Amino acid sequence: MNTTASDLEGVVLDERVTVTFTELTQLCGSDAEVVRLLVAEGVLRPLGARPEEWRFSGIEIRRARRALRLQRDLDLNLAGTALAIDLLDEVEALRARIQALEALMEATD
Amino acid sequence: MEYKDYYKTLGVSRDASQDDIKRAFRKLARKYHPDVSKEPNAEARFKEVNEANEVLHDPEKRAAYDALGSGWQPGQDFRPPPGEGFRHQDFRFSEEDASEFSDFFSSLFGGRGPSPRGEARPRRGRDQTARLRIRLEDAFQGATRQLQIDVPELGPNGRVVPHPRTLNVRIPAGVTQGQQIRLAGQGSAGRQGGPAGDLFLEIDFEPHPFLHPEGKNIHLNLPVSPWEAALGATVSVPTLGGAVSLKIPPGTQTGRRLRLKGRGLPGDPPGDAYVQIEIVTPPADTEEGREAYRRLAQACAFNPRAKLGV
Repeated sequence: MNTTASDLEGVVLDERVTVTFTELTQLCGSDAEVVRLLVAEGVLRPLGARPEEWRFSGIEIRRARRALRLQRDLDLNLAGTALAIDLLDEVEALRARIQALEALMEATD
Repeated sequence: MEYKDYYKTLGVSRDASQDDIKRAFRKLARKYHPDVSKEPNAEARFKEVNEANEVLHDPEKRAAYDALGSGWQPGQDFRPPPGEGFRHQDFRFSEEDASEFSDFFSSLFGGRGPSPRGEARPRRGRDQTARLRIRLEDAFQGATRQLQIDVPELGPNGRVVPHPRTLNVRIPAGVTQGQQIRLAGQGSAGRQGGPAGDLFLEIDFEPHPFLHPEGKNIHLNLPVSPWEAALGATVSVPTLGGAVSLKIPPGTQTGRRLRLKGRGLPGDPPGDAYVQIEIVTPPADTEEGREAYRRLAQACAFNPRAKLGV
């Protein structure tokens, strides 16, 4: 049990980061076909028309990893995965909004 | 090591059917899945549930587990049966998943050392996800944060050993709630010469007393006096980058929202600050103050409830 200290610079997975189809499958530790199906279903929305031109933003990387985990752990089919991912995005946005609004209301009380 | 009652973990009886087990697992997985759950200890609970399912959903592993007998209490000190044991049985499961399981699990279904059949091929280490709680100010300016994480590693005997590590991580300016930072190669170590997994840090803001983030935008409640709101005024507003001047137009009412462009979290484009006006009345706790309110009432024939028809 030893402790190591190091100074690390990570990459923020936001809209400025883009990866290719191959890089995304490596990042997700998944095979290309599974990722291709997620694109076909509309869960992932890369820029570019053909797979070799596809570019995925940092936001898509997070969606892909999440989709694959849910698919594997909850035994979801493709349509179920798409629905879950869309709803989770919406829930997250609504939660942030509620939090901001509640904080403003508390300040008014 | 501690005995684990997998039936109890899934909340099913020892004679539950495979279908019952599947249903119980799915229900708990939906409840505790770290991607879905808001329960505080979801990740740990999900691991337990996943491990219990790994054993009970597979009739062969379940039979091996059942063979230990039912006299055990959860948490009771457990020693693997001597001699032949279970390790000779050829259990198959995903090695990536297995590195997440408990000592108790490895003692029953272990044998994760170099494979006797010479199948030792390089394997990438597992990705890890950790939460990184930071202040809003850190997200605005960027910061370096030290954090400690436990990365499960496989010890020489095939056991999983938590490996505490201290990392200094640079947080770039402009990160937002829920965003992830990927640190390549900082997850669990690979095996048989395979590359290490990645570490994903998920940003979580500490609540700020008066600045409330929503994505890159910042919301703020701004108290103003009745005369500032009625006559218009230029007032000072706190933002992440320091106080800025804001012009309140004459005739402003409570609830009006004014935007300070580019005064949110940095980025391209940067977020905005939204200032919500709240009119605060001064207390009428002196005779002079009360007299001033009376004069105001006479001067303005004002019914604030006109819209309610009363």
